[in-house]
Amino acid sequence: MRFIFKTHYDQDIDLFPHAGAVFWYSLLAIAAVCAPFFLDPFYLGELSFLFIWSLAGLSLMVLTGYTGLISIGHAAFIGVGAYVHAFLTRNGMPFVPSIICGGIVSALAGIIIAIPAIRMRGLYLAIATLAFSAIAEELFVRWETLTGGSRGVAVPMPVLFGNELDGEVGFYYLCLAVLVICILGVLNLLRSPTGRAWIAIRDSEIAAQSMGVYLAGYKTLAFATSAFLAGVAGGLLAHKVGYLTPDIFTPILSIQLLMLVMVGGLGSIRGAIFGAIFLVLLPTLIAILRDYLPNAIGQQPALEPGIFGLVLVLVVLLEPQGLNGAWMKVKFFFSQFPMYKNATFKRQKTYMRTERLQ
Amino acid sequence: MNMLQANELSINFGGIKAVDGITFDINKGEIFTIIGPNGAGKTTIFNLISRIYDSSGGNLVFNGVDITRFAPHKIAGLGIARTFQNVELFEHATLLQNLLVAQHAHHTTRMWEEVLFLPRVRESEREIRRNVEEIIDILDLQRYRDSIVHNLPYGVRKNIELARALCSKPKLILLDEPSSGLNVEETEDLSFWIRDIRDDLGVTVIIIEHDLSLVNDVSDRVMAVNYGRLLALGSPEQVQNHPDVIKAYLGG
Repeated sequence: MRFIFKTHYDQDIDLFPHAGAVFWYSLLAIAAVCAPFFLDPFYLGELSFLFIWSLAGLSLMVLTGYTGLISIGHAAFIGVGAYVHAFLTRNGMPFVPSIICGGIVSALAGIIIAIPAIRMRGLYLAIATLAFSAIAEELFVRWETLTGGSRGVAVPMPVLFGNELDGEVGFYYLCLAVLVICILGVLNLLRSPTGRAWIAIRDSEIAAQSMGVYLAGYKTLAFATSAFLAGVAGGLLAHKVGYLTPDIFTPILSIQLLMLVMVGGLGSIRGAIFGAIFLVLLPTLIAILRDYLPNAIGQQPALEPGIFGLVLVLVVLLEPQGLNGAWMKVKFFFSQFPMYKNATFKRQKTYMRTERLQ
Repeated sequence: MNMLQANELSINFGGIKAVDGITFDINKGEIFTIIGPNGAGKTTIFNLISRIYDSSGGNLVFNGVDITRFAPHKIAGLGIARTFQNVELFEHATLLQNLLVAQHAHHTTRMWEEVLFLPRVRESEREIRRNVEEIIDILDLQRYRDSIVHNLPYGVRKNIELARALCSKPKLILLDEPSSGLNVEETEDLSFWIRDIRDDLGVTVIIIEHDLSLVNDVSDRVMAVNYGRLLALGSPEQVQNHPDVIKAYLGG
């Protein structure tokens, strides 16, 4: 068992709560940096995909997991970031300013959608963002100078500090670096007044307001931050797929993202990563599974979305905290080892319902 | 000295006059109690003061500032904090996070500084934490610091709400039925704390309360309301013996 003695406020402010966490995260960092020396390019490519999904998951986690605002329109933000970044790269802008511009344009789109959307909650907000996503998709088809229309547009290789980055290894490190920077930025926000205001809005708007949180402002900020991160993820995705067509950014992508954060565990950064791992692995697992299933089921074209839906239902029923929740429980079991009680995580029903003025 | 003045304050919901032309003054350093039967408009008065509702008539002046049309999120910055009748905590956050949010109105860091977590942000976080720890100390909440609020018992959650209101460094605190759902012992603690809040922290207190022994115990003045109108205003004994108040409670 580990006992943490707190002797200084900085222990609650620091990113790592104790030396053990520093050790394990360092190990993870070393593994991530060394991966290209051991893995062959195919798996490296899959890892880059994982990082891009994680970043997209992180962006939705800020909005849905921390601010409590649902969005089924995130594909549109990813799309805006991807197209703007591709456009600027084609016109010779280097990677770093170009991807930041993509993020900023996407954040502006986020602000524009936030202005009407923050007046809504729950299902209504979901529908509004879905509508926005449909508009954006149409825009991607029609605005041919920017997007190449439905024929699509090729994305050149990223140019970083004057060098063209081709090959899986360079791109792998690029994705890793962007993801780590974004995670650190979000973690910093979450341990500051802005992040706490978001969490407050998620749990009780009325109380947040009487603590001095400007609801409309912080909700818009959450939309903008989330859209910025989605735009950056879109920029990386543009390089990864190499050729952008509007049918990449359909509502299916948004729903997959929503599933990512649900399965990963709402309200945790780790959940976004776990969710991304799940989402990258699942299609592979399903492909393997197809061979072992009877033909009538195994050859169904709708097998994949069906399993996605089934998983989502099971997660909501059995483990609402998602993979992160499961991880916390396993960790807790080992940290408490001989003293673990079966009832520790028994869910209890709370019948108290607050009167909300919404 | 008058801290809060309400002049002819009223609000209509459709045809219902929930608060109907109430006038009262709150003195600085006073414990002021509002009593009245259910549906009398007590919580509505609180919601008007904390600007959750727009009043349909009259005005409110706090420390010389007219707050009748103030933006609701700016009320906390002026120094008015409140608790809610049905505990409104940030359920999925720890006690510590709940209390840290309460300092929101006083934070000075900008978002870009927070993204980079500059030394200035760290310093301000330490300062916020120090302020919060003072309140944790007063209300004996040390052992719940890292607990998720959702899992804590009701009595503790009530105290956390009080703590959170105090953490916003208020000059005036509005307590909406602080003793509801508390046991006898907890209610006794509460009456000590309410006096401590006034005497040690110098905070003016307005309470909505049904527990008359607590009301008699702590209040300097009591206001009785019914159907949105003022019935009586004065010392606890005066109000309780007022014929209109007895009529409102017992009927007849």
